[in-house]
Amino acid sequence: MEHLRPVPAGDPSPGSPAAPDLTDLLRRAARGDQAAFAQLYDATAARALGLATRVVRDPAQAEEVAQEAFLEIWRTASRFDPQRGSPLAWMMTIVHRKAVDRVRSAEAATRRDATYHRESEPVPHDATAEAAHASLEAHRVRTALGSLTPVQREALELAYFGGYTHTEVATMLELPVGTAKTRIRDGLIRLRDTMGVGA
Amino acid sequence: MTTTPGGRHGGPSSGDIHALSGAYAVDALDDAERAEFEHHLAGCEACRWEVDSLREASALLPEIAPISPPPALRDRVLAEIATVRPLPPEVPAGSRAPEPADTVVPIRRRSRRLVTGLVAAAAAVALVGGGVTVWQPWDDEPGQEIVASPMQQVLEAEDAERYEQTFPDGAKATLVRSESMNKAVLLTEDMPPPPEGKVYELWLDHEEVGMVPAGLMEAGEHSLMLEGDPATALAAGITVEPAGGSEEPTSEPVALFPFDEA
Repeated sequence: MEHLRPVPAGDPSPGSPAAPDLTDLLRRAARGDQAAFAQLYDATAARALGLATRVVRDPAQAEEVAQEAFLEIWRTASRFDPQRGSPLAWMMTIVHRKAVDRVRSAEAATRRDATYHRESEPVPHDATAEAAHASLEAHRVRTALGSLTPVQREALELAYFGGYTHTEVATMLELPVGTAKTRIRDGLIRLRDTMGVGA
Repeated sequence: MTTTPGGRHGGPSSGDIHALSGAYAVDALDDAERAEFEHHLAGCEACRWEVDSLREASALLPEIAPISPPPALRDRVLAEIATVRPLPPEVPAGSRAPEPADTVVPIRRRSRRLVTGLVAAAAAVALVGGGVTVWQPWDDEPGQEIVASPMQQVLEAEDAERYEQTFPDGAKATLVRSESMNKAVLLTEDMPPPPEGKVYELWLDHEEVGMVPAGLMEAGEHSLMLEGDPATALAAGITVEPAGGSEEPTSEPVALFPFDEA
């Protein structure tokens, strides 16, 4: 199985020596292969749950989000197009969208009250508890994140891990309207290019 | 739905809408913006490419915050999927093969191309045809009340550097780069439209990486904000590519702009 967009590019074996081929597992899952899907789950569930938890915060809700996302992944596995990206990106996009939908619908009422400032602090990005899980890949990602400017990183983390819109991010960071989206994009571009991923 | 303090000015210019790609990739648009951007996305290959590539980047972020899921979650997921039928594949007009295509999409790491060689090649290539167009780079940027459009900000940046190239037929291409903003804009004057079925593709030449796609300029467009990281690029180039663009240059550049060292 060719790696269409290896993560990271040009570095075939980043951390785990026997990383399963997610593209193949997804294709088999699309045919109804539950064992393949179980493998797919095992290979990605920690990241999916970690992402869901970052966004929705509440552990029980995060599990619900992860479960919804995996069901969606199962249901729509045939729609994954390897020409357009990696299986991981496709899956994490689904998880992220579910998580964001959850927080936005939950907060829809309060958000209309025009209070964008949230009491909660931005998610700390260097929680030492995570160090135990630190893989080589995680280290590379952290290093790449470190190459972002502080405002790029802050905007990107508020959008991605916080689940806020770019307009909300601009308000939270006291940036002129319209500039947060640029920060987010620039941050992603830098991350992409530093990590050597992307089409 | 949220509203920006100033209200959303109707119909963002194309420059603005491209700039939503990052926010779209990480679900940071409100519903109206999302609908608008998806409408744009349907017709903008460059943005589709960019969104896909940015999602590759964002998908790396969960790597730094994994949480071991409880076994019960696995049980629930596997029990649930057992009761749900996977959707059949979509089969839109011949675009989806049953197996992933054998063609491997080239990855981005490529050997560095020698800028000097490209300059020579560029100099040797003359543009054919001679359409007459009027250069109105700001035409599509109607009065933006609050802030200058991203393109204008680059053009007016204090550290804006201009690189001009004129062609034998009188056409002119100007690349304006702001290192501090990490942005670059291409402006063209009297540039003939690309041949039928082709587009002009922009590139940024990065050390040890090679040519990285930086956007497509379709027929009728006279200005373009480059994607990527112009600040760290060695040069920008333009090639003629098949419609939809290429992953890497398939023809000699028609123009090349080696950047001054910082």
